[in-house]
Amino acid sequence: MPETRVLLKHAEDPELRTLAGYRGYGGYETLERAYRTMEADEVLKELEDSGLRGRGGAGFSMGKKASFLPRGDMQKYLCCNADESEPGAFKDRELMMRNPHQLIEGIAIAALAADATLAFIFIRGEYDLVADILDTAVAEAYEAGYLGKDILGSRRDLELVVHRGAGAYICGEETALLDSLEGKRGNPRLKPPFPAVQGLYGGPTLINNVETLSNVPRIVARGAEWFRGFGTEQSPGTKVVSVSGCVRRPGNYEVELGVPIRELIYDLAGGPLEGREVKAFYPGGSSSPVLTPADLDLPYSFEAMAEARSMLGSGSIIVADDSISIPHMALRTAQFYHHESCGKCTPCREGTNWTVKMLERVVRGEGTPMDLDIIASVQENIIGHCLCVLGDAMAMPVGAMVRKFREEFEQAIAAAGEAPRPIAAVQGAPETMGASA
Amino acid sequence: MAELPVDAALTEGRVPDRSPEEIPELHEVDCPPELHEYIEAAMGRYPDRKSASLPALWAVQRRYGWCTPEGIRQAAAVMRVTPGYLESVASFYDLFHTEPVGTHKIAVCTNISCWMRGGDELLKAFCEATGCDPDEARHGTTSPDGDLHVTRFECLGACDLAPMASIDERYFGPLEAADAATAIEQLRSGEDVLPGKALEKRPLAGDTEGGADA
Repeated sequence: MPETRVLLKHAEDPELRTLAGYRGYGGYETLERAYRTMEADEVLKELEDSGLRGRGGAGFSMGKKASFLPRGDMQKYLCCNADESEPGAFKDRELMMRNPHQLIEGIAIAALAADATLAFIFIRGEYDLVADILDTAVAEAYEAGYLGKDILGSRRDLELVVHRGAGAYICGEETALLDSLEGKRGNPRLKPPFPAVQGLYGGPTLINNVETLSNVPRIVARGAEWFRGFGTEQSPGTKVVSVSGCVRRPGNYEVELGVPIRELIYDLAGGPLEGREVKAFYPGGSSSPVLTPADLDLPYSFEAMAEARSMLGSGSIIVADDSISIPHMALRTAQFYHHESCGKCTPCREGTNWTVKMLERVVRGEGTPMDLDIIASVQENIIGHCLCVLGDAMAMPVGAMVRKFREEFEQAIAAAGEAPRPIAAVQGAPETMGASA
Repeated sequence: MAELPVDAALTEGRVPDRSPEEIPELHEVDCPPELHEYIEAAMGRYPDRKSASLPALWAVQRRYGWCTPEGIRQAAAVMRVTPGYLESVASFYDLFHTEPVGTHKIAVCTNISCWMRGGDELLKAFCEATGCDPDEARHGTTSPDGDLHVTRFECLGACDLAPMASIDERYFGPLEAADAATAIEQLRSGEDVLPGKALEKRPLAGDTEGGADA
């Protein structure tokens, strides 16, 4: 199956990341047209009609979100969420590294639609190389007059600041991102008020993911109808999908939404390694409930993943083959959320902590049969009970693993009774499941 | 201020001799002019000067190797915030070090995709190559010679390079256990680290010329 490259078009050309290279492919023509001839409402309407859904995880309509910003003279802000930290996700890194100007053009056009005059790219601190590339590209865009005061004589201004985070998954949550950008610890805020009404510095703020904003220039250039020509009715467009884990060719692949998952995993990513079979996969990053080989023929779309009681999330598939122990994978997943919990809400802070402790017991061979029910009930008590969804993001996949692979958990517990193993021997991955590459 | 109530267990090595609740005056802190200028410029980019907390802490860490109490006081004096405030921010984020660390920083990803492809073994290999204690490395530790900091890290956003590591803020992968010793040798002798395995040299996956194929 071939890819459908729209966002990653020409991405193999190393010159694309320069202003000259980007312009060589028609870059910034849409910004010029938008700033010279279009009204904010026209741009907004095109975005709403396109049906573009947020590519950061929630899948909410981008145009609708932008339309929630109040009108008026108050200072409005745009934040590009480039804090890509979801295990399994590495698509924004690719988009920013290979085509930073596409993102900058998208931000400038979206800012026009939202009437924002100050914009930020909040990029995770670990992406130092990518942030350097963005710094260079932003400087080029200022130099060329695509950013700054009175852009192309339109009397519209836009300042764009690249802001580096410092290592915290929680800052990808939009209200925690705002706190972090305001110079505080990255704790989520109570919603409502939503950022569109009261966000950064208390002002109306549009927050969108890198890939979402990278889609904007082409939608405005070619129109909503053209965009709807890709993907499905409810999931229009293409999607850059990060495929990793137990596959031969891990990487980013751009496809139309709605392609069968099998084609993504087998045709594009090369399928499992020699002699191995797919056992389970996270369809949308580590926060998404795992699916099984029975789901491989489902279309990869927001609606199909929701129907399968999982989610498309950020569009990151992690494949586990039959050498992988699911209880260990559940533990590794829980450990991540435990580490990243900001500690503000009790169900998440304590729930992630106790889930890790119980899963460690199961994996060490010290579990008891009742542990599984307790693990399951802890997950249920986290979901929906916190300010943000970080806790849910552990509870959903861990809950799904216990539900779908209960037998494997029970075997781990039963085997434990027969031959207790020393604790030290099973910290981290057991010997039997080491490097399969 | 000796009379300040401090919990020795939490503040070992960081017991403030001045109140962390008082904004230090610039003449008290001896802030290097470049650092001062950098933080002033950062504050100018935001409507609220406090937004420069992260850029300021990054600048402090780049200058001193870690977020030293003195460096934090200097940044606080420039920003007109309390040192306690900046300390509270610094301690929240994984990339800020609030105690001394080695010059070279190695973060090995052991999250799901890297773990599946041997991330734990890679971390062990880096520990062996640097003389770091593997148990300590789970939370970050510095080699006996004080030169190399090795830590296990959560997903670095490079699962296509699994298993991978970030070495002095640049990504490398996919790595084999033997690459660890090579990388450390290169770091110690000042050579380019694993030039063939750098992220920036990696071609786009898929059907392009030179597309990645495992």
